[in-house]
Parts: sequence; structure tokens; C-alpha cells
Amino acid sequence: MSRTRFTRRLPATMAVVGLALAVAACGGESSSGSNSTTVAAEQLKPNADLSKQSLAVTVWDGYLPEELAQRVKEKLKVQDIKIQLHETNETAMAKLTASGDSGIDVAFVSGQYAQALNEQGLLEPIHPELIPNLANLYPEATQLSYDKGNKYSVPYTWGTTGICYRSDLVKTPPTSWNDILKPPAWAEKKVTMMTTERWLALPAIKALGYSVNTDKDDEIEKVKELLMAQKPHLLTYDDTTFGDRLLSGEALMVEAWDGWCPTTDKSGNIKFVVPKEGSDLWVDTMVIMKSSKNKEAAHALINYILDPEVHSWAAENINYKVPNKAAMDRVKIAEGSLLGISPAELLNGESIIDLGEASTKYTRLSADVQAK
Amino acid sequence: MKSEVKARPVNRSRGRRLGAFVFLSPGLAYLVVFMLVPLALLLSTTVFRRGRFGGVVYEFTAENFERLVDPLYLGVLVDSLKIATLTTLIALLIGYPTAYVIARLPRKWKTIALVAIVLPFWTNFLIRVYAWIMLLSGPGLVNSALKVFGLGPLEVLYTEGAIVTGLLYSYLPLMVLPLYAAIDRLDPQLREASSNLGASAFTTFRKVTLPLTMPGVLTGSLFVFVPSFGNFVIPEMLGGSKSIMVGNLIRDQFLKARDWPFGATLALALIVVLVVLLVAQSWVARRA
Amino acid sequence: MRRSKLLYVPFWASYVFLYLPIAVLVVMSFNAGESAYTFEGFSLKWYGELAGDERVRDGLVNTLMVAAGSTVIATVLGTLLAVGLARHTRSKLLDSVALMPAVLPDVVLGIGLLVFYGMVQSTLGLYSVVLAHALFAMAFVAAVVRTRLAGSDTSLEEASRDLGAGPVTTFMKITLPQLAPGIVAGALLAFTLSLDEFVIAFFTIGNDDPTLPIVIYSMVRFGVTPEINALAAILLLVSFTAVIAGQRLTKIGEREPRAQD
Repeated sequence: MSRTRFTRRLPATMAVVGLALAVAACGGESSSGSNSTTVAAEQLKPNADLSKQSLAVTVWDGYLPEELAQRVKEKLKVQDIKIQLHETNETAMAKLTASGDSGIDVAFVSGQYAQALNEQGLLEPIHPELIPNLANLYPEATQLSYDKGNKYSVPYTWGTTGICYRSDLVKTPPTSWNDILKPPAWAEKKVTMMTTERWLALPAIKALGYSVNTDKDDEIEKVKELLMAQKPHLLTYDDTTFGDRLLSGEALMVEAWDGWCPTTDKSGNIKFVVPKEGSDLWVDTMVIMKSSKNKEAAHALINYILDPEVHSWAAENINYKVPNKAAMDRVKIAEGSLLGISPAELLNGESIIDLGEASTKYTRLSADVQAK
Repeated sequence: MKSEVKARPVNRSRGRRLGAFVFLSPGLAYLVVFMLVPLALLLSTTVFRRGRFGGVVYEFTAENFERLVDPLYLGVLVDSLKIATLTTLIALLIGYPTAYVIARLPRKWKTIALVAIVLPFWTNFLIRVYAWIMLLSGPGLVNSALKVFGLGPLEVLYTEGAIVTGLLYSYLPLMVLPLYAAIDRLDPQLREASSNLGASAFTTFRKVTLPLTMPGVLTGSLFVFVPSFGNFVIPEMLGGSKSIMVGNLIRDQFLKARDWPFGATLALALIVVLVVLLVAQSWVARRA
Repeated sequence: MRRSKLLYVPFWASYVFLYLPIAVLVVMSFNAGESAYTFEGFSLKWYGELAGDERVRDGLVNTLMVAAGSTVIATVLGTLLAVGLARHTRSKLLDSVALMPAVLPDVVLGIGLLVFYGMVQSTLGLYSVVLAHALFAMAFVAAVVRTRLAGSDTSLEEASRDLGAGPVTTFMKITLPQLAPGIVAGALLAFTLSLDEFVIAFFTIGNDDPTLPIVIYSMVRFGVTPEINALAAILLLVSFTAVIAGQRLTKIGEREPRAQD
């Protein structure tokens, strides 16, 4: 009795599902319709009343001074500012792209992700007239390959990737990517590599002399072979805690971003080297979402962060180089600190850019390597 | 009330239908709005293409399904099945006697024992997984203890063994609770009758206890199997990302590759596997 | 007798297994040093750090609100659903659909809901997490309650109906009291799962302050700090106290008329 009732109701359920499908398709169509990179820039008012605007920012944990929100409120007189944290570029991207309006005004993401957001038509072009502090940037910082001329992104920090190691425990200091790709016997299971796919591939790509942005199948195949051969000798893949592993002696050599290599540790035993085959130049940027309703305040925030006193905080407190000359000039560079790497040296590194369709090849590569 | 007794036959069937409506409609409506519609939205992307830089391009394609039969993905699927099955079996093996003992405890101890099963859950999943890193890692406590006895070091962390341990630890309570619910309901007289009739303890278990507690076994197994199968945090933290499960694949498609159509396709594959299991489960449950 | 003694081996093994890591967490929370592996002396400093951590405090409050809200919704809907499925339909399809939220990978559910909320243009916040958590918690409640219902004595319910009581009256007077332990267990499970959930919460929380698991996730990702151990110890203490305080309530819940006793 009741059973037939509900089987009869099944078509209704199906209809609902079908309807949802249709709505999904249409909804998507219209949003992809507006998907263009050159929408006429909205007119922004330099003198807009910021006290009517409130900001939502998403940023990595620990990447901004804790008291920033309070200071921004006082200084810029914005109505409110809310700082949200994301763990990785990937989770930030999911939030920013899943629905039309994420509610975020300013997001911190790495260069190639800014590029992908822009390609999807989600970013507001930067209005340089609203950010006078752009003049503080190094000239090199306006020539970054994912966004030449800072059209839609403003660099916040930059650096490179290399090998971070325990100088007191290694038999010979590493100089080449091959030192971790084919670790010597004393480093067996004492080496870690990053999991994020482009950086997982980076050491092998460079060791083989390719471009970090290669999309050639035969080259990626070679990279895969090298990484597969390396896997049994690894301790683990690790993106976030490799520094701790070095300090505890659990690992002796790790693939690391310069800012995360604890070279300033009091033991003085942690060293960083950019392998001779070369490396990348990574940039973490600030972008303004097109869906933001507080664009003037968003520009004002970026301008405030580019203030030498504010921006130097990152260099002084979290050991990241900032692409801001005026800010770096204020910073005292300690012995062993990696902050001394100059912009010119950094630009020797190759910027990772989003490869469009080909970028899925790297997802495939890392799945291949990680599944045994 | 009394007048209703006369009208019984009519009332009863109307009551039945009313009952079905009253009991089922709120939950089902909720399921439609918050599960089926979002799911349909997401799964509808399986027939479309990934945009150059992520997002979805609404052109029909079967390419996502073609990619699915790649040995890499099938291999990961099989691996995940193996790990989840092993975890479920171990959980059942130690969970059943545990639940059985709890159900036979005096009432006061029973409550305490039950609460003690759930209590670790309230410390937070990630913290609990982290505790295992502290225990199992190279300089960790297990190895320090082994060293005292001149043994080890044991290289468990960042292997599949560590993944199974972590999954088991995380989901064992989900096995014990439904088992307890089922065993607690058992009439002890049934077992007595069985043994009075000369059945051995094992026969009693096999012929009486186990069949009657089958719904609990099935529910518990499901509760352990499912989150184990789709897990991606534990393979990452305890497996060191050195072996991946289907959950990692799906997560990576959505988050890393920003390939939602293919992520949704993998999710669909996972859902199909689970629905098959669910149907099988409810079929067995109804026969038990 | 011997056989039942033998059963105590896995019984105790379960508890040792469950509590070994917990013990480690608690001991290490008093560590004076920063190491995760060596105990360098007793100190309460990590508790001090924790007390000053506003994010953790706000996260805890948010988590409790979400868990409470979603448990209420899930318990009511899940119980009704379980009774409906067990007594009023034989559809296997509905059975499976009702269990599905418990079965879907959380990433899929999280992103699906995010897209859905975006489509209906709702601003996200704690309440959208409550609604999302209620979804999967409902499935768990329904499943646990069904376990209790399955094979339970229906003669009382039939008698009640034969005597002319409507389905609602029968439910309130007969079924519900019989189900009480199942419902309590289901609600407990729902609450517990919500306390712990972070993937779905992450995607559906919008710009509200994060729940505790989200806070912990970012703490854990960037290495062990004994502050996390202190947090674990406090969480344990809080839940332990809550349990003892709530024991009277549980006792009331347990005093159900048992058909077979």
C-alpha cells in the first residue's frame, strides 16, 4: 500500500532532480557568459566614504600582523574588517569560485592562482590611482610573468624553493636537486618532498633541465619516473611541517620554501641552498574580487599594507622577503637570514604559471606518484 | 475514542497513510532540499568539461567517464576498498566482544563503559590523529618503549598499517554503539533456552545471538566502512601521502586540479559503490 | 564462565587502544618544553597560552552552538524518519536515500552545499553549517533508531492501533518510550559527529568566525604545538564534566519500559 504510494512518488523526485539539473545548467551558462577577462573597469570613487564599507579578507594563518584588523579600522575608518584564514591556495580557490559571491573582498593567493582567478573573470582590475604605495615596490616586482604590470594582483611576499638541511648531520651539504632525488645512504628515509603538485614536480623538472611550466608529455613522463624511483627512499611528503622535522632531526634534508626554512634557529645548524640547477620564483599576492561591494575600501587596505612600516612586518616576523623596497630598507637582516636574497637573484628563478588545460597533467602526475 | 473503535477498518488504512506522510515527509523533504538538489547540481557537471582555468564549460562530453577506467584510478579504488574492508573487519572483531561485554554489565557500569567509548571522540578528530603521529613516529613513544626492550625501531608511520590504525581508532566507536544497541535488546532467555536445549556456546552464538544482532553488525560495519573508504585526512597525515585513497583523489580533483567535472565523476563512482553496498546491506538486514 | 572471561580480553584491549593516545596527549600537555616526543618537565604554560587564545575560545562557542542546533533538528527528523521507514513503507530506495548523507564523502557534500547555497543566494554563516550538519547527523540518528526498531516487538503498537489510536498517538504513547535509548544514543552520536566535523563546516561557514575543528585544523597543519595537547586535555575534562552532570538526565532516559525485561 504505502509502498506503491512511494514508488509512484518516485517520478516526482526525479522531476525535482531534473529541474535542479536544468537550473544548474542555466545558472552555469549565464555565469560563464559573463566569463570574460576584459570587462570595462567599474568607476571607483577615490573619495568614497569608507565608513560605509566593511571588508572580508581571506589569508593564510599568521600571514598578517594580529593587530592589523584593529589598526585598519582606526586608520582607514572602515566600518568593519573581518580576517578569515585559509590553509592552502586550493581551499581558498574552492571558496572563491564555488558561488557567484563568496563575500570576500580581498584574497591572498599565490601568483598562478591569481592568474587562474583572473582568467575566470573573477578579479577586479587594480586601480593604481587608488594605491599610491605601489611606488614602494621594486621595479622587478612589476615584471612577474603571471601578471606583468600588476594589472589584477599586487605582490605581498616572494621567494624561492630549495633544499633546507641540517648542516651538522649531513655528510656533505647538498648542492643539487639530485641530492634529495637520489638520496645517499645516510639520508635514507630522512628526506621529505612537498605534496603540492607543481612543487612536487619542481626538483625533478629542474634536475632534468626542463622548464617548471613544461606541458610536454614525454618530459612529464621522465619527471614521473624520477619521482617514482625516489619515493621508497622518502620519509614522507610534507608541505607544512618540514621545518619541525629538521629541528627534531627526523629529517636531514627537505624540499622547502625559503621563508619556511628555519635558518634563524638558535642552533645555527639549519641551512638553505638553492640547487645549482635553478629553481622557481614564487609570489604570494593580494587580489580584489569582482564581486566585492567594497572596492574602494579594498584598494585602501592594499595601499595600507604596502606602507613600508606595515609591510616590513612580514620580513621581520615571519622571515618572508617582501617585494617592497621601502619596507626592505627598514629591515635589519640577521646573520644566516635568507632575507638577503636580492630581487635580481630571485628573478633568476622561473615563475610557475597556470597552464590551463595542461595543469591537470600535474594532478595526474602527483596521483601517479603517490598511489604506489 | 470509543466511537472510533466502530469505524476501525476505514480509520486504520487512512491512519496508515497519514502515518506514512507524517513520519516520512519532513525528513524526506529535508533530504531532497539539502542533499538531492545540491548533489544533482554537482553531479550534473559530470557530463561537462573543465574550463581552461577551472570552472565548468557547459559543453556535453563523455570524456570524464572515459578517464574513469584508467588503471590508476581503478587501482586506487581497489586499494581503498581493501583498506576500508580490513579496518571494518578488525573493528568488528574487537568491537563485537566489547559491545557484548558492555551490554551484559550492570546498569551503572554500562553507562560508564558506553560513555568511555564515546569520550575520546570529544577531543577532536584531528587531535586524535595527531596523537598517533606522536606515538608512531621515529623518535615517538612506541619506538622509545621498544628500545628499552632492545627492539625496534618500528617503521609504521607513513605506511598503510598506520592508515588502518588511524581509521580504526577514529571509527571504532561507530562500530561499538550500534552493536551495543542491538545486543542490549537481546532477550537473555533466548540464549538460556538455547543452551538448556544442549547447544554449545558457539552454536548459540552462531544460531541465536549473531542472527539477532545482524542489524547492529551491518549498521556498525557501514558506519566504519563508509568514512574509512572516503577518508583523505588520515592517508595524508598518517600515510604521509605515500599511498592515496579514493577520497584523496576526489579532494584533489576539486581542490588541486579544480577539475570539478572529473571530481564529480569520481564522486559518482564512489557513490555508486556505496549505494550498491547500502542496497546489499538493507537487503541483508531485511532478511536477517 | 571461562568463555565470558575470554571476552574481557578484546573488551579491555578496546579501551587501552582508545585511551593510549589520549593519555599521551594529556601527559604531553604538561610538558615544559616544545618537543612532541620528550617530556622536559612539568609546566602549565601551554594552558596559559590556550587561555589567551581568542580564536580557540570563539571556536569552541561556535562549535557548541552548531552541534546543539544540528542535534535538535537531526534527532527530531531522524527519529520520525526511522519510524516512518520501519513502519510505514517498505521502499528500499527510501531506505538508501535516508542513509546517503552518512555515506557521501564530506568534500562532495561540502562543495555541493556551497554551490547550492550560492544558487539560492543565501548568505552563509553558522546557521548554514547547522543545516548542513543536521543533514548527515539525521542519517546517523535514523540508522541508530532503526537498529532499535528492527525486530522490536510490534504487538503493542498493533494493539494500540486495534484499539483505535491514531498513528501519532501510538507513536507518542507506545513507540517513543520504547525507542528512548536509541534516540538518546542517536542524539549523542549526532552531537559528537557535529563537534568533530570540519570539511563541510569549512565550506559552508562563509564569513562567520570558524568552528573549533577549523581552528584546530590550521593549528595542526603547521606542526605540533603542545597548546593543542592542552586543548585536547581541556576538551576531555569539559566533556567528562558534562557527562557526569548529564548522567541524571541519562538515567531518566534509561528508565524506559522494556518490553522484555
